[in-house]
Amino acid sequence: MAFLVDMLVHATPLMIAGLAVAIAFRAGIWNIGADGQFIAGATAAAWIGVSASTSIGWLALPLALLAGAIAGGIWAAIAAWLRSRFGVLEVISTIMLNFIATYGASYLVRGPLQEPTHVFPQTSSIVDGAHMPLLIAGTRLHWGFVLALLLAIVAWWVMKYSASGFRIRASGMSPFAARSAGLINVPRVTSGAFIVSGAIAGIAGAIEVCGVTFALYENISPGYGYTAIAVALLAGLNPLGVIGTGILFGALETAASTMQRSAGIPATTASVIEAIVILAVIGIAQFRSRRSVSAT
Amino acid sequence: MSDVALELASITRSFGRTVALQSASLSARRGTVHALLGENGAGKTTLMRIAFGMLRPDAGTVMVNGVIKSFTSPGAAIANGIAMVHQHFTLVPAMTVTENVALGGHGRFDPRQSRNDLVALAKRTGFAVDPDARVEELPAGAQQRVEILKALSHDPRVLILDEPTAILTPVEAHDLLNRARELVNDGGTAILITHRLRDALQFADDITVLRRGATVWTGSANAATEDALVSAMLGDEHVPAGSLTDGVGRRSRADDSKTVMELRNAGVRDALGVERLSAVSLEVRAGEIVGIAAVEGNGQHELLRLLAGRIAPTSGMVNLPSSVGFIPEDRQRDALIQDMSLRDNVALAGAGVRQGMVDWTAIGSRTRALLKDYDVRARDENVRISTLSGGNQQKLVVGREIEWSHVALVAENPSRGLDIQAAAAVRTRITDARNSGAAVVIYSSDIDEIISLADRVIVVYAGRVSECVNDYESVGRAMLGVTTT
Repeated sequence: MAFLVDMLVHATPLMIAGLAVAIAFRAGIWNIGADGQFIAGATAAAWIGVSASTSIGWLALPLALLAGAIAGGIWAAIAAWLRSRFGVLEVISTIMLNFIATYGASYLVRGPLQEPTHVFPQTSSIVDGAHMPLLIAGTRLHWGFVLALLLAIVAWWVMKYSASGFRIRASGMSPFAARSAGLINVPRVTSGAFIVSGAIAGIAGAIEVCGVTFALYENISPGYGYTAIAVALLAGLNPLGVIGTGILFGALETAASTMQRSAGIPATTASVIEAIVILAVIGIAQFRSRRSVSAT
Repeated sequence: MSDVALELASITRSFGRTVALQSASLSARRGTVHALLGENGAGKTTLMRIAFGMLRPDAGTVMVNGVIKSFTSPGAAIANGIAMVHQHFTLVPAMTVTENVALGGHGRFDPRQSRNDLVALAKRTGFAVDPDARVEELPAGAQQRVEILKALSHDPRVLILDEPTAILTPVEAHDLLNRARELVNDGGTAILITHRLRDALQFADDITVLRRGATVWTGSANAATEDALVSAMLGDEHVPAGSLTDGVGRRSRADDSKTVMELRNAGVRDALGVERLSAVSLEVRAGEIVGIAAVEGNGQHELLRLLAGRIAPTSGMVNLPSSVGFIPEDRQRDALIQDMSLRDNVALAGAGVRQGMVDWTAIGSRTRALLKDYDVRARDENVRISTLSGGNQQKLVVGREIEWSHVALVAENPSRGLDIQAAAAVRTRITDARNSGAAVVIYSSDIDEIISLADRVIVVYAGRVSECVNDYESVGRAMLGVTTT
């Protein structure tokens, strides 16, 4: 039971950040910056959560989540703007923005947002109204997990059935045909998808603060945004698939710490397994596409 | 020593099953400008690539100053005093002019020495450039001069220029060709690939004409007439116009019907600021097919996209219906998404303006209707488009575009690469669309196709359009810039 709970708690940020990556990749945007957007979202949510007046009660929670989405969106929008204005490759700019977010958060928790005693590199705890309610009382499992499931279903539905989702898929698969045959404004669609992707990663950060840590720490993300790339790729960029792969990677990481504690197996073993999984998936995909090419 | 600087004798070369050159010959005398003429695909560039060592001939010999050579690379050709300026730029945009010219050199790069050499070369040859400018900041004419200086920096005895004036303004082109003339005065040789007759007659000493990979005419420019060159380039044995579309029939009821597509003084400049179309005015009416004829690179690419509403004019005005069907030349890239299903590809039409949800049920049945009406052979609407043959893919594109707009259709080489049956089906669909009242514009690199389909023909030459009498001879001449008929 404890393992299951831990696994789902771990899976929640991976699923949401994985959705963010999947949507961007579908649009042909190589957003490697989910980690930075996650941290931006976590920072904004913590700031709202700490500074919110207790008089607004539970309203602090939606406010904190909204702030997380906006901050993540802005973080992605910087890279989207650099891309459309100067042609800066988003692979480069988002990685750079990851560093800025990591060290920016480090600075904040040692400076302007540090808890009043100035001893620990973290913010004060967020107000109770900003806490994500628990899904199962007495465990750590919170409603963020359900939110992640809902987000995945909504994202799947939007990509499959909405006109904008189709525009995103068409732009990502063939910008030439999207522009010429579909008269789609490709730069606008892809920039939009990029920003939405950042906002979703920002929500993941906000949920982590409101549901698990209740404060902003240094290293609030142990690389969730990077693992999210594996989660998205393994799911074939399908939002529903992200639910499964998110839980799988959540299990791997939870099991790794358990194994280290009880059996002395290094936690890095899980990273090795993750890498093997990714390599296998990419290899199989390559093999399949080669075969279908040679078959025609 | 012979007075022939470069001799290509009975060169044959195939690519797969396509024979590009069949016993083609060319003999360029020292101290002359030699023009190499021919239609698109006649083999001009292939022949020169063989002379420059980029390709090896299947049969035939290359002789430089009377000595048989077998070049294995452009480097070997350069070492033998041959240089080539390619049709498309081969410069590094982010580097300076000096650096680009020095790229072809050997040994240590000495920036100051290279710069001095370049300045001296530019002064000697009259091709003025700023040695410190970055290439990407230069206009097309200046980039062309850099290309030529790069070639001249090897001090070649034979300079091959592949369509050097294609992207230049008339004044720039004139200047460039004059400079080429001056180069040969001190014993060099220039070979000028072109399909502009006037350039050849005005600037060349000798002319060679290729048609379908074979040399069909060669002689001195003084002995040549426009008539002789035109008939050499086009040949006499072309297919009679009617046979391509038996039973399609031509009609001309367009005079009184309403204007659907209209350009008024519309001009287009490309990213480099070169004018591709200048002040074009054109009306296309309901129920007519307007054929566009042009040699590659004269602005027809831009004209078609302007009419299809795919690009905006940089000057002038465009009046179009809310939707124009467009069949682009590169359909694999621009009309279809290969990884998507047939149904998704049909949904692509109008995707840019669709609101809310996609009605997949409706689009699915519309796709099934298209498969039936346009005879697209596919298992069902859910298979990937890439599993279809080229002909079936094109039939789907034609159907989608016609059904999407109904009022206006722009088609660019719609039957290229299709087998005879599929090509005939595509042509029939296009004339059907005209017959049911659509305004249709069609461009084809096959003059016969234009003549057989079009109610009237517009020729694009050097960014300008002119109406043309609808027969093979007149269209062929107008495409080459010969105005008197």
